[in-house]
This record gives sequence, structure tokens and C-alpha cells, in this order.
Amino acid sequence: MTGSTDKPLTGNVPRDGSALGLPAYEQAGGYQAIRKVLTGGMTPKAVIEDVKNANLRGRGGAGFPTGVKWSFVPVGKDAPNPTYLVINADEMEPGTFKDRFLLERNPHQLIEGAIIASFAIEADIAYIFLRGEYTLAAERLTRAIAEAYERHYLGRNILGSGYHLELHLHLSAGRYICGDETGLLNALEGKRANPRAKPPFPVVVGLFGKPTVVNNVETISCVPHIINNGAAWFHGLSRTKDGGTKLYGVSGKVKWPGLWELPMGTPAREILEEHAGGMRDGLKFRGLLPGGSSTPFIVEEHLDTPMDFTEMPKAGSRLGTGTMIVLDDHTCPVGMAWNMTKFFARESCGFCTPCWSGLGWAERILRSLEYGHGKSGDLDKLASQAKMWSPGNTFCALAPGAADPLETAMKYFRADFERHIAEHRCPWR
Amino acid sequence: MLTTEEIREIESEAAHYPKREAVSIDALKIVQKHRGWVSDESLRDIAEHIGMSPTDLDSIATFYNLIYRRPVGRHVISVCDSVSCWIMGCEQTREHLQQRLGVGLGETTADNRFTLLPTVCLGCCDHAPALMVDGDLHTDLDPQKIDKELENYK
Repeated sequence: MTGSTDKPLTGNVPRDGSALGLPAYEQAGGYQAIRKVLTGGMTPKAVIEDVKNANLRGRGGAGFPTGVKWSFVPVGKDAPNPTYLVINADEMEPGTFKDRFLLERNPHQLIEGAIIASFAIEADIAYIFLRGEYTLAAERLTRAIAEAYERHYLGRNILGSGYHLELHLHLSAGRYICGDETGLLNALEGKRANPRAKPPFPVVVGLFGKPTVVNNVETISCVPHIINNGAAWFHGLSRTKDGGTKLYGVSGKVKWPGLWELPMGTPAREILEEHAGGMRDGLKFRGLLPGGSSTPFIVEEHLDTPMDFTEMPKAGSRLGTGTMIVLDDHTCPVGMAWNMTKFFARESCGFCTPCWSGLGWAERILRSLEYGHGKSGDLDKLASQAKMWSPGNTFCALAPGAADPLETAMKYFRADFERHIAEHRCPWR
Repeated sequence: MLTTEEIREIESEAAHYPKREAVSIDALKIVQKHRGWVSDESLRDIAEHIGMSPTDLDSIATFYNLIYRRPVGRHVISVCDSVSCWIMGCEQTREHLQQRLGVGLGETTADNRFTLLPTVCLGCCDHAPALMVDGDLHTDLDPQKIDKELENYK
């Protein structure tokens, strides 16, 4: 795709809700990047170097450098065979609605990115793991994949280059834990989506025991643009050291909830006030979760922090998925913490004790607080529970992700929690 | 007994995986698409066809939200109850639906028209509150809009 736009991922998408079709995608420079890679003599190593230099960081939320992840895949004569690419399209993090847009509106961009990524890690099979509820995305991807096969962008001997790639769309049957990369691999193998112990990491022992790279939809969608326009151009899109643009979203009681592709590192205040129009009339801002319901709350004093992977930790939070959830002063912070803890308790795979046991306990304490049955000592119990969900006590990030919003809600909205106990009721109900 | 069509569809999916068990979730979904839900008998037939024990297959079937191990109505309403929808009033949406349909979560209306279920975030948080009926997404809901849109499902 052309680099003239400052919105490479979404700039060419039709405004009427339809998908960017194959002819329009090609007309805008689509599928030129695979020509450059496959028939222009690029080596897999050169592709990885480009992506490394661009400092593309994983858009699923963890922010791991994509090129570095690719470089960990064993290659060469003695390497295990085959290698797999898996695209994580299991977007289910509450408050997150960015990959849906890319899947429904620009499916060929994802397919082209998948071909380049597969070539870079020397994979000849790739899977898109899509959540079952994304029915429109499934329909449009199915069609786009068929078109890509017809045009010889997929299949045997792509564009006469000698490179083969099979791309298969897998529709999941719905469970939040499938979004965890090792849970996803188990689901793709037809098992319960219990996350696996690491190490070994999937890049060495992944799908069906073979080396596997798992990348998010937005991450892969960036790849053709990096190949076409170079690492320096990708850096230039960003306001900070983390390269590229980012799909930022806002939900909650703001004037115009929505999704925007903006320079990486755009501060929350600018997104909230200029793009989302600020709070609805009569409501005041209290705090927000920057990137889905497993990121820690930030409050007014943090709103000028650049929203990227490097800077957000300095505000005590994380970029996560970059789709923020806003808490207003007419919404109960205890009720919100209860809702999220209930979600995590319900979606726990049931394997690690701090998670299956602790989340349910915390959920019951929060429910009793919300209905006016809270006791002194409840907040200490919640705090000690949340501590047990720290990284290292469980196989995956579900429980640590449940602790982050709960602990920060109790930190920033402590007086509201205490009021529930003192007044034996929820002041908002 | 699985039908010829069901077997054909299962085999077409199985071809995409190096191991036969990997088709288990696809197989459950295929049979459910044809029969509405996965009965004990269907479960045993699928298990036999793909070479798994029924117990192992049931542990998978009961793990995933979109596999129904009990009969459902002609249409399944899945109401999002995750955080953005909660802020935007999904509790009122659910209460309205429960009153209108006269059923609780997990229940089916007497005329077998609707089953009401909760679901996790549907990924359209800028248009909350949201729900799905079968495969169709409905967003920016209020009681009037819900009543109007449900009329399209007979």
C-alpha cells in the first residue's frame, strides 16, 4: 500500500461499512509487498531485519518486538518441520474492538501480512484463529482468502517464486482464554484452551509441538506497509520510540465513542477530548482503563502520558490493546470492579488455584459490597487475594490481568469502597 | 448417526490439520449447525467418528461457550454483560428482555422461539449496549429498539 497516508491501516477503507475489495486493495498498492519479498529477492532474514528495525511491537497487548519474536524461530536443515504462523483474531478482551475493524474492513491487508510473516519464519502453513462470534469477519475473510488463492497469492508456487503457503481460517467456539497464545494453540489442536507452562515457548514448541509464531491481527496488518515503505518511514508515523500508528478506541459515557488510527504515543487526553468529544454533558471524568479490562486504571494526572508500550508503565499502567474504557462520576467504581472480576472468574480455565479459587472469592466479596453487606476487613481480603494473582503464581496472564484493575480501583477510588461498607449500600443504586 | 452431509463437512475441515483430534471443535459446531444443539447421542457419534472417547469430547464440548449441550430455541439471544456494555446499561437491557420473554438467563421461552444467554464482550464497545441474535449483531440498544428488532425473528 502507498505510504502517502498517515493512516496506512485504515486510510483506504471505504466509509460505507463495506470491506476494501481486492481490486481497490491492489489499486492502492496492495500485494506489492509480497512481490518485493517473494520475487524481488528478499531473504527471510532481510524481512526480519526490516521488521526489527521498524520496532513493530505486538499489538495484542503485550508489546513484544515482532521481529525479535520471529528471529527466535529455529531455521535451517536441522530445524523441526513444519513451522506454523498463527494469527490471533480471538479479540475478546472487554472494551476492545479494534481487530474487528481490520478483519471486516481490510481483510486482504491481513492476508498479505500473513504471507510475508510466514515467509520470514519459513512457515508453509498459517492459521487465522477467529472468534466464532465475528460472523461478518468470517464471511469477508473466507471470500478474501478464496480470492487470494485465485490470484496465486496463496497456495503452491506463489507468483512463480517457488514459495508455498496454505492459509486456513479456524472459527473458534468462544472462550476468553483462547486469546492467550498457548491456550489458543491448545484450542487449535482441538483441546480445552488451558494455557501451557512456559518455557518451552511456542516459537520453539508450539502448535502440534512444532515451532509456531502467534501474532495479533493489527501487528500483522502493519507488515506489508513496513516492507513497502521501510523502517524509517514506519518510525516517522509515531510520536515516540515505538514505531507506527495505533488503533485507539474509546468506550463509556463520552460524547462520541469510536475508533481512530493515530500516531503511536498519542496521549489519552487528546484521544478523549479531541476525538471522543469529551465526557457527555453533566458527567465528570474519573478514570480510565487504557487498553481493555486487564490494564490498570489511570486518572486525571496521567492523561498526558504518551499512550505507548514504553511510557504507560511510568503511569503505573500498560497500553494493552489501546482501546480505553472510561469511568464517569455517575457510574459506581465498585460495581465496575465487580463486573470485571466476575468476567475473569467466569472465564478462568479452572487450572491454577489462585485463579479459579481466588477470583470467585473476590467476586463474592465485591458482590456483597455492592449490595450493602460489606464488612470491615473486606478490602484487606481483596488486597491479599489480588496479591496472590501476581505473575509467576499462574500459568497465564488472566489472573494478573484481573488483579491490575481491581488493585488500582481500590487505590484511586478507596473512599468509594469504604463508603459502601460504612453506608451499607451502593451510593449509586 | 451422523448424516452424509455432516461427515462430508467434518472431513473437509479435518483435511486442514495434521492430527485428527484437532477437528473436534469444528465437528461439534458442524453437528450443532444442523441439529441446533449437541445431544448425548450426537456427542457419542462424533467421538466415534473422529476416534476420541466421548468423555474427552464432552470435556471439550462443555468448555466452549458456543457449544450447546442442551436444546435451545429457534433463536439464541446472547446479551453482552462485559464492562463497556455494563457502563452503558446492559443490566436494564437484560431485565427488559427477561420481562418481555418471561424467562431467565439460560432458559428458553415456552413457544421455543428464544433462548436467552449471557455472553462476553462482543467487540463493538463504541456501540454499547449490544447483543447477538444467532449470528446477527445488534447495537446501541434501548428497550424500544430491542422490541422492534426481535420482531424479525419468528
